Amino acid sequence: MPTPSKHWREIPQRYRLEAGKCTRCGYVAFPPRLVCPECGNREFAPVKLAETGTLLTYTVVRVAPGGFEDEAPYAVGIAELADGVKLTAQVADCAFADLKVGLKVRLEFRKLSEDGAAGVIAYGYKFVPA
Amino acid sequence: MRDVAVIGVGMAKWGELWEKSLRSVFVESALLALEDAGVDRIDSMVVGCMSSGLFVGQEHLGSLLSDYLGRAPVPAARVESACASGGLALRQGFLEVASGMADIVLVGGVEKMTDVTGCEATYALGTAADQEYEGFHGLTFPALYAMMAVAHMHAYGTTREQLAMVAVKNHDNGSKNPLAQFPVKISVEAVLNSVLVADPLRILDCSPITDGAAAVILCPAEMAGKFKTPGVRIAGTGQATDTIALSSRKDLCWLESTRVAAKKALAMAGRKVEDMHFFEVHDCFTIAEIMVMEALGLVPKGAGGKAVAEGLTRLDGKFPVNPSGGLKAKGHPVGATGVAQAVEAVKQLRGEAGPRQVKGARRGLTQNMGGTGGSSVVHVFEAM
Repeated sequence: MPTPSKHWREIPQRYRLEAGKCTRCGYVAFPPRLVCPECGNREFAPVKLAETGTLLTYTVVRVAPGGFEDEAPYAVGIAELADGVKLTAQVADCAFADLKVGLKVRLEFRKLSEDGAAGVIAYGYKFVPA
Repeated sequence: MRDVAVIGVGMAKWGELWEKSLRSVFVESALLALEDAGVDRIDSMVVGCMSSGLFVGQEHLGSLLSDYLGRAPVPAARVESACASGGLALRQGFLEVASGMADIVLVGGVEKMTDVTGCEATYALGTAADQEYEGFHGLTFPALYAMMAVAHMHAYGTTREQLAMVAVKNHDNGSKNPLAQFPVKISVEAVLNSVLVADPLRILDCSPITDGAAAVILCPAEMAGKFKTPGVRIAGTGQATDTIALSSRKDLCWLESTRVAAKKALAMAGRKVEDMHFFEVHDCFTIAEIMVMEALGLVPKGAGGKAVAEGLTRLDGKFPVNPSGGLKAKGHPVGATGVAQAVEAVKQLRGEAGPRQVKGARRGLTQNMGGTGGSSVVHVFEAM
């Protein structure tokens, strides 16, 4: 079982969607980075991720990894957000038959997993149909 | 830099080897390679292994494996690049010989995957993805490749049946490989009726969980004539990386690391991709083989599915892909896969591949991939 620090240091991203915008080329890094992969710049301004986007691809996880055994089957996808960031997350509140490329989604704050009976409950973002 | 040759190869039967430990699985194949080459000394060892820590709770493989091979104190390094660990071990061994640091190098790959439950194995394999931004959300490897498949089908009209044909073709080849985990033929119907893992991928689209190892012996090409088997030259080596998270890619259905690694390896060999007589590639999932064909330049972007259906990559096709049966039929002990690809390439170029022999093969290419393409290693082999 990991220590709580593994969870809390990611809170700015998972709870508050904090990203970094490159001050030179405008690339939005999520999670934030120290070096811009586009132009090599090392200065970023804090920005909040766009909260709406379009599904680029998806699948339904039928065989889950440890920690998600009780959740399967569940939908996951990659959406391109309005600010150009491409993000991976679960797709909640959507019948599997309604999943499609081009589906409009928005981000919601949800419970993701529990670290055993006595561990930390992990929260974060999921996509839901917009 | 010196030219490098493979002078011996070894691979024991792959499968669910309940009675064998990681160390014995490795030593068995390493001994076969040493016997094949007829060498009585090695200067160095390099071993590819993705995750012995999560699969069997054992790290420090350099020491463990040189010890149990009876070769301590030779220097031994363990190399990791997820499912491309074996290919990268080969590249590191190549560099040791090419640089003049060592003459005889044993390159091995090993993974012992059945000591944990399927759930734990899925987790261990998932560590090759971005743990904080993919794994945290419940993504698995089948799920990531399924998302690549959905994107490819949407962009290019690749069909569910075309995906199945990759598995059918590789099992046709694998049925001729007695060392394969599943040396049996399957039908398109069987793939389409198998259980869903991550839509649209079904269990028969996925490479299996496997225990296994493979090993090759390298030496300077100028020394190769002294040994009992005909040497096979490693004419080119290339490696490249890409973003670890699939979502960070500019194009979700393109394997840039494979394109770059292949370009480097072919340039080093002074060859074009169409000069190759066969290809051993990383078909961890059926969609992967289609995308690798495109990244290598065997077909235009988006045309991989159609080409498979037309038979381009069959054993008797223009570009035979995975004559060994690939990861799908042969098995995928992740750290061993890249080395096993080299074993097959050498057997093909020595004309020892039996019923799956590609006729007249003089040159072949291997492509080994980590994660969703976060790393790729390509080698070009030529008969001497």
